[in-house]
Formats: sequence, structure tokens, C-alpha cells
Amino acid sequence: MDNPYLPHEARIIERIHESPTLFTLRLQFTNPEIQAAYSFEPGQFNMLYLYGVGEVPISIVSDPVDDMIVDHTIRSVGRVTHAMSALQAGDRIGIRGPYGRGWPVRFAEQKDVIVITGGLGCAPVVAAINYVVNRRERFGRLNIVQGVKHSNDFIWQERYDYWREMPDTKVLIAASSGEALWPWHIGHPTELLDDMEFEPENTIVFMCGPEGMMHAVVDEMLQRGLDESALWLSMERSMKCAVGHCGHCQYGGKFVCKDGPVFNYPEIKTLFSEKGF
Amino acid sequence: MTKRVAFLPYTKLQSLIALLESDGYRCVGPQVRDDTIVYDTLVDVADLPRGYTSIQKPGEYRLQQSDSERLFDWANGAQAIKPHLFRAEEVMWTVVRDEHGQLNFQEIVPEAEKIAVFGARACDIAALYIQDKHFLQSTYKEPAYLARRQELFIVAANCTTAAGTCFCASTGDGPRAMSGYDLALTEIKDGFLLEAHSVHGQNKLDQLIQLAELELATRQQAEEAEQGIENAAAQQSRTLPSHDLNDELFANLEHPHWEDVAARCLSCGNCTAVCPTCFCHTELDRGDLNLEHSEHIRQWDSCFSQRHSYIHGMTIREQTRTRYRQWLTHKLGSWHEQYGRSGCVGCGRCISWCPVGIDLTEAVQQICTGGPDG
Repeated sequence: MDNPYLPHEARIIERIHESPTLFTLRLQFTNPEIQAAYSFEPGQFNMLYLYGVGEVPISIVSDPVDDMIVDHTIRSVGRVTHAMSALQAGDRIGIRGPYGRGWPVRFAEQKDVIVITGGLGCAPVVAAINYVVNRRERFGRLNIVQGVKHSNDFIWQERYDYWREMPDTKVLIAASSGEALWPWHIGHPTELLDDMEFEPENTIVFMCGPEGMMHAVVDEMLQRGLDESALWLSMERSMKCAVGHCGHCQYGGKFVCKDGPVFNYPEIKTLFSEKGF
Repeated sequence: MTKRVAFLPYTKLQSLIALLESDGYRCVGPQVRDDTIVYDTLVDVADLPRGYTSIQKPGEYRLQQSDSERLFDWANGAQAIKPHLFRAEEVMWTVVRDEHGQLNFQEIVPEAEKIAVFGARACDIAALYIQDKHFLQSTYKEPAYLARRQELFIVAANCTTAAGTCFCASTGDGPRAMSGYDLALTEIKDGFLLEAHSVHGQNKLDQLIQLAELELATRQQAEEAEQGIENAAAQQSRTLPSHDLNDELFANLEHPHWEDVAARCLSCGNCTAVCPTCFCHTELDRGDLNLEHSEHIRQWDSCFSQRHSYIHGMTIREQTRTRYRQWLTHKLGSWHEQYGRSGCVGCGRCISWCPVGIDLTEAVQQICTGGPDG
């Protein structure tokens, strides 16, 4: 029987320095058979293991069609991720996954798509954005809104510039505080919602980032006439096992690791306004 | 399967252990240690808690011994079956790093020791079935738990006495073991009623009747056993409402009683450590000093710990109020969504072993008002 807890060895093909606290690890399983069998949906995550230190859940940012390399963008913020930031190309790491329910990208076809993210919240939806961009004709208008605390935190400008060039696509960037010559909005991403073009009855919203920001977006979207079921959120909770056993990620009766991390708003709305769950 | 109920006198109890041992089982049964009752390897019936009763109240657990011949006149100690299947600490896998930095992950092949739990209480058998649902009946199965579970033989001991903290009658989980066991003992004068509840148990019962020359139980003995179990139910003074409390608990998240409990709660996690259904655990890594080998370890964790809800620089449940609320709303509320029943089997351990005597049945009375059962 397969042991659901056992990681597989992967090699770091490339380490990309994104910002002073953000880095991307491009990984490949060392066993070609495992690499060949590996596939994921946009919005799913892997457990990454650093030798002797521990495991952390990290969302997958690469495109699902790339079957050779799996990318993870990591913020150096805790014990394990601090240590991981020292890894270099050629180093070995453990990986198991993918886990969880991702974005309902097929359900979004023929609809206007809004993607709103805050901070590094963008990472879990990059794969979904690329999915839409690579199949552009199947979707309606695409609005991408990214908010960061400070203009220094803004990464992946090339990606945003590329997406901006796509047909029927708007890319809106906001920083709560910015340096001189910051070309985009200063303030909250929700202040940019009036600049978007979408048909409220036929729109789907993917959001990810700080819960306070997602609260504000939910309120704004409902006021604009969207149905609750059109709103999808990626939630974050502590995770040790990723397979629904360890109990840390429980959110009411849901396990974020296996019932989420992407939830339809009606599934979680009774707890979403409560602190402490 | 003909339903035969035998009488097993005290003088022949050892033959049941001998029979199980001859079938390759290690018997794990109750015995007095450190002034409480623990479930550990049992080879001799002389080690059973003869003449002991347990006095249990909020924040209090005391054993008393008399010259009574009875072996099961006590209610549970802190632990029974749970640690034998879901261990407090366990190595999940190991990894070796060679001189080139390559990692070789090594699975721990779970050993499948045959364990016979001798004298399992109804509440603990009900809790075992909840743990089965959690660890075995979802997409991912826990391999070590599965290996042990498949080899488990259960000799239930129906309760004929209750402690002050017991309330299994109200949760529907006791004092009689309802299902999920192989054999059941019910203590009466001079011995036990012995009955089977599985094919495997029936085989053992048939063998024992022959080997030990057991008599079938008389009607009078059966009535005495029945009366004992009824007494254990009647002795219980605490209750939990029998209906799903999910809506009432989540409708009262700002009830002032959460703060009252938090003012007393030490957030020590004793309640979760003794709860036979709590399944939370953490994972950690323990490397050797020359950095060539590391173990990935599972340890019991508690939703009362500071780190339980920690994510990248923030803690979801900083306050004791929110931790106790998480525990109770989960145990009695959202547990229904996950496992189709409440997570409480009425064993009362969280009441006895709470150092400040917090009583969940009282908390429910305070917080959930207006439901069908009050």
C-alpha cells in the first residue's frame, strides 16, 4: 500500500531570487517515473521537506502543462522556510503531493473571470491565470487585480506585463504605500474594482490573500450583484500532514487540506466572519 | 451462529487469556499502576484491579481498594485503547543523506502485532470506531494504525458501575458495548457472563467452552448481569443532550460562558490527551548529530497549544477562550459534519483529568439553551 506520508526526492533545477524575502524553487523529481506520473490542478499544493528540518505546504505556481518542472514560490517567514531560502540549484529536497481541491477553472469557461490577490496571495492563482491565458478563447473578459503592502513587495512584473497584453484582459496593481515613480495605484485593491469590466450575472471571482482583504472583496462583489456562489477563496491554515489526519487545518467541519484550500464562498460563509477558527 | 452465553467463573478467567495467547495475541488489560488504572500487557489475572473502585469528580481521580472479589468495579483511567493504535509518538519515516547530498527516504513498514484488548469499556470501543473513521475511512489511510487495527481482538467489559463523571448512557455509547467487539464480559457474582459478537469471537467462545468446561449461563445469572448494566446507567448523574448540538453551539459563539471557562482553563491540553477520540497530532524531525540520518516523527498535539493554529507569523487562536471554543464546537458540533456523529462518547475523562475541573456537560447547559432537550 502507498504510504501517504512518504516524500520523494527532488532536485532543485533553479533557484530564482524574487525579492529580499521571496524565492522560487524549480523542482524535478529525481525518479523519472514519478516525474512522469505527476500531475496537478491549478490551486493545489505540495508538501516540501527540507532535510532534518521539516515539511511545509507550498502552492504550485507552474503551469500544469509543464510536466518536467514544478515551481514553488516561497516567502521566508518561518523556521522551515528560512532554512529553505539557503538552498541552491542542485540541492535535494523532499516533495509529496499534490493535495487539495484547486480552482474550478473548467466551471469558469464562457464566464468573465476576476482574479484578486493580495501579497504573495498571487502564487496560488498564477497557475489558474496561466490556464485561462493559454486557453483565452474559452473565457470571457479577464481582470487581474494584485495588491501589495509596499511597492517593494511587488514581484513578477514581467508576468503581469505579459498578461496585460492578452486580449480582453485588464491588469490592475495597487500598493498600500509606494515609492516615488510607482506607476500604479496607491491604496487598496478593492478601490480598483470600478476600473474592471465584467457582467455581474456571468462572472466568477478567484481570490487569495489576507482574510481581511478577501472580506472586503466579498462585500464589494455582493454589492455589485454577484451571486455568493460565484465567489471562490483560497484559505490558509496550519498543516502538518496535508491528508486530513493531523487536525491542524480544521475550519469548522472542513479540512482545508482536503476539502479546500479553494472553497466556494457559501461553503464557509458562516465561519468566515468569525475570528478564531 | 447460535447465540450461546457462557458463565466464566473467576477461577477459569486465566484460561481465556491462555487461549488468546495460544492464538498469538498479546493481551493488554487493566491493572493498577501509579494510583490509576492503565491498560498494559496482561499475563496473569492476578494483576487485574481486584477490589478497586474509582472515585471520579471534576478535577479528581482516586482509587479505593476493598476486600471485594470484583475485578471490574471501576470506571476508566486516563487511557485505554487509543495509545495502542494511535501512538503518542511514532516514527513515520526516516531519511538518509549521503555524501553527495542525495536523500534516500525509507518507509517504516508497520509491524502488525496481534493485540487482544482484555476488558475494553463500551465508551472506548465507540471511540475506537470514530478513530477508525478518521484514520481509515477517507482518501488516505494511516498505514501503522491500519496494520494494528486489522489484528486487534476486543474483549469488552460491560460496565456494572459508573464513576461520578460518566455519562455514556446519554450519548448512547454505554454502559453496554453495543457493537464492534469480539467477546463481551459482564461481571456477576463469582465470575462473568461471556458472550460473542463476531465470528472470530464465537470461535473463541466455542473453544473456551470446550477447553475450560464452561457451563452455559443460567437465566438468573443473565438477569443479574442485566441488572448490573442497568445500575451503571442509573448511577450516572451527568448528561449531554442526545441531539446534534452543531447549530446551537455555532449560534452562540459570543456567549459569555466561553469567557467564564477561559478564566479557569489553563490551556494545558489534558482534556485532549485523555479524550479517546481526539486525533490531532503534529510532525517533527529529529536528526542525528553527524547529519546523515533523520527521523520524521508524529506526536500527539492539542488544539489548546499555542502552536496548533500557527501559520506564517500569526496565530489564529491566541486566546484560551477561542481554543476552548474550538475544542467544544468541534467535539460536539462540527464533528457531525465530518463523522456523522458527535465526537463525545461520554467517558468523562476530560472532566476528571482537568486540573481545574471544567465540565463540558455544564458548559453545554450554559451555552446551548432552547434546544429540544433544553
